[in-house]
Amino acid sequence: MPKYETWNPERAVEIIAEHQDQRGATLPILHALQEVFGCVPLDAEPLIADALNITRAEVHGCVTFYHDFRREPPGRRTLKICLAESCQAAGVRALESRAKEKLGVEMGGTTADARVTLEPVYCLGLCHSSPAVMLDKDVYAGLDEERLDELLKEAQS
Amino acid sequence: MTRIYISRDSGALALGAEAVVKRFEKEAKERGLDLEIVRNGSRGMYWLEPLVEVETDQGRVGYGPVRASKVDDLIDAGMLEGKPHKKCIGVVDDYPWFKNQTRLTFARVGTTDPRSLEDYQAHGGYAGLKKALEVGPDGIIEEVLASGLRGRGGAGFPTGIKWRTVADCPPQQKYIVCNADEGDSGTFADRMIMEGDPFVLIEGMTIAGIAVGATYGYIYLRSEYPHASVALRAAIDAARNAGLSATTWRARATPSTWRSATAGRYVCGEETSLLDSLEGKRGEVRAKPPLPAHVGLFGQPTIINNVLSLATVPIIMDKGGQYYHDFGMGRSRGTMRIQLAGNIKHGGLYETAFGITLGELVDDIGGGTYSGRPVRAVQVGGPLGAYFPRDLFDTPFDYEAFAARDGLIGHAGVVVFDDTVDMAKQAHFAMEFCAIESCGKCTPCRIGSARGMEVIDKIVADEDRAENLEILEDLCNTMKLGSLCALGGFAPYPVMSALTHFPEDFGADKKRLEAAE
Ligand SMILES: Cc1cc2nc3c(=O)[nH]c(=O)nc-3n(C[C@H](O)[C@H](O)[C@H](O)COP(=O)(O)O)c2cc1C
Ligand code: SF4
Ligand code: FES
Repeated sequence: MPKYETWNPERAVEIIAEHQDQRGATLPILHALQEVFGCVPLDAEPLIADALNITRAEVHGCVTFYHDFRREPPGRRTLKICLAESCQAAGVRALESRAKEKLGVEMGGTTADARVTLEPVYCLGLCHSSPAVMLDKDVYAGLDEERLDELLKEAQS
Repeated sequence: MTRIYISRDSGALALGAEAVVKRFEKEAKERGLDLEIVRNGSRGMYWLEPLVEVETDQGRVGYGPVRASKVDDLIDAGMLEGKPHKKCIGVVDDYPWFKNQTRLTFARVGTTDPRSLEDYQAHGGYAGLKKALEVGPDGIIEEVLASGLRGRGGAGFPTGIKWRTVADCPPQQKYIVCNADEGDSGTFADRMIMEGDPFVLIEGMTIAGIAVGATYGYIYLRSEYPHASVALRAAIDAARNAGLSATTWRARATPSTWRSATAGRYVCGEETSLLDSLEGKRGEVRAKPPLPAHVGLFGQPTIINNVLSLATVPIIMDKGGQYYHDFGMGRSRGTMRIQLAGNIKHGGLYETAFGITLGELVDDIGGGTYSGRPVRAVQVGGPLGAYFPRDLFDTPFDYEAFAARDGLIGHAGVVVFDDTVDMAKQAHFAMEFCAIESCGKCTPCRIGSARGMEVIDKIVADEDRAENLEILEDLCNTMKLGSLCALGGFAPYPVMSALTHFPEDFGADKKRLEAAE
């Protein structure tokens, strides 16, 4: 079963309506759309602009400013590897190379079978037990090669 | 009935706590044991997580780290009666690493059930708010001023003065904004509070609201913290429901706390960028003045404080400003929540009075490196903080003492590196991070960081060395002086400290690194 719904403007308008009445609604709306569609496609921007009575340029500026928002849905699972200093000190660079090699993708890429998207993240707040990663919403720390391999296998299955 | 405690803190979860809980449940069922499992916050001793504590007549006896596959062995060995075992650390409250701390802000974290309002109140929760209601807005601000509390988000600005400024604005819609963007590498104290004792943050925000006449609050929480989000939501709902019935503070306005998820931008931790982001815009830094205290969220007077600043207010109100002021040194009063991270043996949270030295923290409390190799460098204060060599390990934890050595405490993250570190790479990363995260508003930060990476590469490659070193220094000065906020303004600190203290890594002497490999 696909994880995300395919883009559907009527559905998007509904989602936007659920959030548009709060002040500063842009980010909550963008998050809600991405939760459902896996991304915030360009087509969503005029809908948001209409609902919030702001210009399309303002919406566009906002979507592109924040690292979290995507234009295309990611793979079925998303593996985020923390590349910040504490994890660097604990050897994450080697794990990063290993993950790239095993998945056959660069950072930001999605495997050819659309199963896994690999992304960098800058600190997961688990630096007491670096290195740390996040697979979808689950966190893992104190990683070594063996544990990483298990996670990669789980992500690809 | 036997009661055991296994943390729900995401640090413990990341180390396998959930599987341990499942295993205990299974064993309890199969063995017909009457077992209650409480999901507490973390004690902050992460090398022992998942830590399982058993309630006994002597106190809570700890076992850790516990693997799910070893749970039945532990039960067989009598751990449910608190019997000795090689994983047993004795009564947790008496364990030296824990006992030697001065836990004020973190008094309850790891002890109580963070989802239980009753537990919170049974452990001193809401005593601060009760006092706050007695003394009123002026009284609150007097206590906070007397405590000497300085903002824990990085800049160290006196909290009482900020509050006074907002209180002095004429009555109108005012806001309390909690900065929970915790983006610094090496830090996790905000997360531990939000997951382990969320009510204390809500109580602190409520007191702030009473002090300045604000009726609405926001918690700006980073999207990398899904577990904290769940914990906060549960606590906010519980506090709000209780607000309708609890007699002590019924009549008063409690900021209805609403949270917003950020979207992965480090710069949005900067207070004015945060405000724009909350308003639904690009998180670009605003020029000051006007101060957020005067013209803040939606143009209204706003208090912005870090999680820890707000979470410390309840104990200040409860015990008095003087009590808090009695801890610490110089102009750094109270306690600091130090976070030991990186390549470290005993990673975790250590709350202690200001004044402890960097060396004591890293070598004695942190136990040196996890890899067992010598400590070579320590970065304090996140990605904009300086790298310290061993020679400077006598620096005491104090805002002014760190500043005097071209460093900063920031949010008090301490990241340890062993002797395999390449400091030129770290300097390069500092510039790279600045380039990735720059909000783009000022040229020295936006362009300077990209130029910085190139120049460092040239120095390492030994291209026109002398000239490029001069360019780098010049560039760093321009960034320091010409940037609107501390992202561009402080990025030179890690760069210049790496260059000053570890010149051998910048091509001056390649042999050392080769020898270390
Ligand atoms: C680039 C940058 C990032 C920051 N990130 C944070 C952060 O994640 N959390 C935080 O509390 N303060 C952060 N600050 C500091 C805030 O601007 C502000 O000083 C703080 O929230 C004020 O609260 P306090 O007085 O309680 O410390 C950051 C500042 C800069 C320049
Ligand atoms: S220093 Fe960098 S992050 Fe700060 S305002 Fe300027 S461009 Fe933006
Ligand atoms: S630096 Fe990786 S979890 Fe904080």
